[in-house]
Amino acid sequence: MNSTRQEEGARGRVVRLTEQARAPVRFFLDGRACTALAGDTVLTAILASMGALRGSDCGPEKRAGFCLMGACQDCWVWQEEGPRLRTCSTPIAEGMRLLSEAPGDWP
Amino acid sequence: MSARVAIVGAGPAGARAAETLVAARLAPIVIDEGAAAGGQIYRRPPAGFARTPEVLYGSEAAKARALHAAFDRMVAEGRVAHHPRSSVVALAGGELYVLGEAGQARIGYDRLILATGATDRLAPVPGWQNAGVYSLGAMQIALKAQGVALGRRIVIAGTGPLLTLVAAQLRAAGASVAAVLDTASMREQLSGFSGLAARPLVAARGLAMRAGLGRLYHAGVRVEEIEAGADGVAAVRWRDGRGHERRTPCDAVGLGWHLQAETHLADLAGCRFDYDETWAQWLPRADRRGRAGEGLYLAGDGLRILGADAAEAAGRVAAAACLADLGLPAPDTAADLRLLARSERFARGIAAAFPWPAEMVRTLPDATVVCRCEGITAGVLRATTDYGGPDANRVKALGRPGMGGCQGRYCRLASAEMIAAHAGCAPQSVGRFRAQPPVRPVPVGAWVEKG
Repeated sequence: MNSTRQEEGARGRVVRLTEQARAPVRFFLDGRACTALAGDTVLTAILASMGALRGSDCGPEKRAGFCLMGACQDCWVWQEEGPRLRTCSTPIAEGMRLLSEAPGDWP
Repeated sequence: MSARVAIVGAGPAGARAAETLVAARLAPIVIDEGAAAGGQIYRRPPAGFARTPEVLYGSEAAKARALHAAFDRMVAEGRVAHHPRSSVVALAGGELYVLGEAGQARIGYDRLILATGATDRLAPVPGWQNAGVYSLGAMQIALKAQGVALGRRIVIAGTGPLLTLVAAQLRAAGASVAAVLDTASMREQLSGFSGLAARPLVAARGLAMRAGLGRLYHAGVRVEEIEAGADGVAAVRWRDGRGHERRTPCDAVGLGWHLQAETHLADLAGCRFDYDETWAQWLPRADRRGRAGEGLYLAGDGLRILGADAAEAAGRVAAAACLADLGLPAPDTAADLRLLARSERFARGIAAAFPWPAEMVRTLPDATVVCRCEGITAGVLRATTDYGGPDANRVKALGRPGMGGCQGRYCRLASAEMIAAHAGCAPQSVGRFRAQPPVRPVPVGAWVEKG
């Protein structure tokens, strides 16, 4: 009863429990088109179809955010252009192009 | 020109402080990381979400509605200069260094009220660096502000009022909670009972919620390890109150041992700190009206972890102290001061009932990651203590715990506990990690002059 609309792939980490009557938003993750809902944070949007956000800086494990209140800085991801962004406090926007791995020219 | 008063934070304390100043015809500057006022406790979902405050905040809905309405009205009438989605990253020379969506700004002030709130107090657990481990606050924010659960099968572990509350809220919303693991024993919980009598209704509500968890709830637990595969969390291994080993499969874990005051800006503002045995953390020093220095006031959980009702009172009290110090008429705060005293008795009871898991932290295996940002293990921390000595800031400088993106917020208490245990002294004797600006990461370009 809770899943009137499932994202493509559908094996994401987050489970939508309510508030699903929102407009769809299209964005790109690693070049692949994904759908989120207007009002999602980037974190929610990515984790709706993925288990994690990116690899760790300092270990073999993946990271998927930790505090969701802008204090831990665990949830950043790359954008195809421009600076990295903190996914827990950034709303998803139409056409965003995000990366789960460093861009090719990353030093 | 009237005095420029800046308030950092628009939760219960900051919002009520602003209201008190506005009533005295001042126009305070309010800088807040949230998109709308309310803080974490009364956080509002983005536009387009439909749940009512009654669904979002339960028994506290009326308080949330009142706080939101009071603040929004002041903004609409132009009585406060509101800077939402903005972080104060440093302060010096009577100026706040603010980073917002539109870039950086420096905002001057004559007096400063810090209402920075609290974050989850975390203890490291082997494996807690893996994807799918979140703070309890994160679990609650995901539910409240996004309507989502952060996993399909969730284990909740730690201690404190939030442990029961988050588990109950997740279940009520339709999430699957596999176990609720409380590191506080029933004996410890009973020891705080006399303090809880200071607010019997709140205590009764908590007990009823606990009863609703039924057999999911376990007291006196030792959390041994979070097991993970390539995609993140797979299970929690734990020992029950009788010492029997248990294993609960799951894909997400919510961890939290009550709260810690958010004090980085208070530190930069020059506050003195005292170690508080009850709350097992360093807290800024202030008088009972929140005065913490020349023109500096603290209010809410950033000063003492007393909860939302007390934070509203503390906001009014600090603003009244500010008005009195400016030589302006200030409202009577006797009732608020009484509420603060009662809340402190209750909160000390809570802190005693749900203690920091000192023994668990002291005996963490050497391979455990303590600093999640830099991947610093318990073994490195102990080895650094051996050659650097039992001094928290020296161990930080030499071994790098607390040097990452979170600025030590989530490992500082555990690091001090482990350094002290390794050296055979008390945690307060090793000191605390000093805050350094910027207190949030800042892109290098933000303060580079265009030229």
